[in-house]
Amino acid sequence: MSTTTATASPPATINATPPRQRGYWGNVGYRLRYDPVTLLFGTVLLLIILCAIFAPLIAPFDPYQESIIRRLKPPGYRGHILGTDELGRDVLSRILFGGRITLTMGILPVMVATLIGGGLGVLAGFAGGLINALIMRVMDVFYAFPSVLLAVAISGAMGGGAVNGMIALTLVFIPPLCRVAETATTQVRNLDFVDAAKATGAPLRLVLWHHVLGNILGPVLIYASSLVSVSIILASGLSFLGLGVTPPEPDWGLMLNALRQAIYISPLVAAMPGIAILITSISMNMVSDGLRSAMDVRS
Amino acid sequence: MDTSTTLAPIDARDRGGPRQPLLIVRNLRKHFPIRSGVLGRVSAHVRAVDGVSFTVMKGETLGIVGESGCGKSTVARLLMRLLKPDGGEHIFDGEAVGEAGGISVAEMRRQVQMVFQDSASSLNPRMPVQGSVAFGPIAFGTPRDRALAQARQLLAKVGLDPVLYGGRYPHELSGGQKQRVNVARALALDPRMVILDEAVSALDKSIEAQVLNLLQALRRELQLTYVFISHDLSVVRWISDRVMVMYLGEVVEIGPSNAIYETPKHPYTRALLASRPALDPDNRRLEAPVSGDPPSPINPPSGCRFHTRCPFAEPVCSARAPALGEGDVMAHLAACHMQDAASGHSKAVREIRH
Repeated sequence: MSTTTATASPPATINATPPRQRGYWGNVGYRLRYDPVTLLFGTVLLLIILCAIFAPLIAPFDPYQESIIRRLKPPGYRGHILGTDELGRDVLSRILFGGRITLTMGILPVMVATLIGGGLGVLAGFAGGLINALIMRVMDVFYAFPSVLLAVAISGAMGGGAVNGMIALTLVFIPPLCRVAETATTQVRNLDFVDAAKATGAPLRLVLWHHVLGNILGPVLIYASSLVSVSIILASGLSFLGLGVTPPEPDWGLMLNALRQAIYISPLVAAMPGIAILITSISMNMVSDGLRSAMDVRS
Repeated sequence: MDTSTTLAPIDARDRGGPRQPLLIVRNLRKHFPIRSGVLGRVSAHVRAVDGVSFTVMKGETLGIVGESGCGKSTVARLLMRLLKPDGGEHIFDGEAVGEAGGISVAEMRRQVQMVFQDSASSLNPRMPVQGSVAFGPIAFGTPRDRALAQARQLLAKVGLDPVLYGGRYPHELSGGQKQRVNVARALALDPRMVILDEAVSALDKSIEAQVLNLLQALRRELQLTYVFISHDLSVVRWISDRVMVMYLGEVVEIGPSNAIYETPKHPYTRALLASRPALDPDNRRLEAPVSGDPPSPINPPSGCRFHTRCPFAEPVCSARAPALGEGDVMAHLAACHMQDAASGHSKAVREIRH
């Protein structure tokens, strides 16, 4: 037997500065500060959002002002930095204004679906048994339809308009998010530390909050952020069918569809809304990836 | 130790007095259903724990030994009510657990804590270890600051510098340090009883000795009662006052530690003891004392469950199940027909002994 009779006297205190007394979110912030890639894309995302908010102040032209003689002009033509569209409207102004609707339709449905779907998934994963079967089988029914078809069907049934479009998108995103949350919860639920927390006699909601949620946030967050770009594209699809945003409202998806016909005449202009969607979704994915690794205490 | 002169401080939670066993378990059963087919019908049961009875006195350490799959860990989880028993009585300090007129499961859990085998997976990877230790008290309404201060004191008690280790995450600690944190967490609610489920089995030998010494010191200091579950016979002998031997979900022998190790009565216990590696290199056993795996607990053998591997098996062994019998707490009992003069086994003891 070892001679160290461990208990009673604490080991001699080493006069080192106590490492890390920042708390969980403090640590996340600390790690983010040393992640230039995430910081860069975070700045881009912030700029895009600020541009959308302050569009009336920075847009060089009225996004609705049409002009027959200035149709489909290339970038740089008479102050139109990104050129003009098929009705002679300034593309830059329309992208700036379009960001308001597009970002809302991209982010809001995913956020609501994360709350509802994630909550249902955690419930299903933690409760197991009959409740799990009930929730997951209902989700499977939604899975049976392609997401585009489902979004079209739901918003078609409820009628057009941006709000109904967002509700349709929310319903489309609930099943996959629920599935991801359920899988993650089922994995965490059977680990000993959850049993140990239950064995303290603590109420179940505290066990869930402190020991389960933190451990499933990563996968759910990553998946949700990848859905934002899908949401933007789906929203534009709905608009194209006349179910979401209706012309002449500026919307990136709608613009992409309209300019599609001009792709041989003015390819550079036609690509602009697509580039806006691309930059936004890449930034979104990079930021959430950085956030996930910053939230991983093991990194 | 002379108990008449050293008056133990009276624990306000002590209801039955020193002679009331802290834990009484009678006929505890847990049968896991096996579902098969598309409809998920129950086709069979795994009889993980099948009629286990024992008592644990206040302040003693009961060791539970047995092969893998004999139901040791299931017993631990049943005692903690992490699993719901299918039958049997579970009495904590004179009060039935989870029954009307008894104490609630939550109340019992405040007084009984558990240390798990896997030191890594039993700590939340996203929580600093002092947070894990403080979780129980915070859940029961201790202000956060005070609970964290207490957690740091407990970390010091188990030999971890709280300044250095309190804010660390589990992956930043070694296996032995993690298991110390687990011990500290188990102590955070000031329990009367701690269930140690293979608590030192995954540690290397020098760390194992440290943790065992720590457990012994804590037991004396905090007047704890231990249920110590392990497959390591030497460790169980060293720490336990009494030992219970399990085989295929049943108790085959129970008695004071010395009696079990010096004069084992059940052939299975003898085989188990003989299977320890010999310390004398000139006198090594070349054949395993028990061969093969234990039979499946889905369809356990009839009669005595050990008869398929027992060198003394006779027709009576497969026909009737031997009873463990009853006796006082310190009695040395074995569930074997050879211990029962009336069983009809040719090697049975001749006289009725008392």
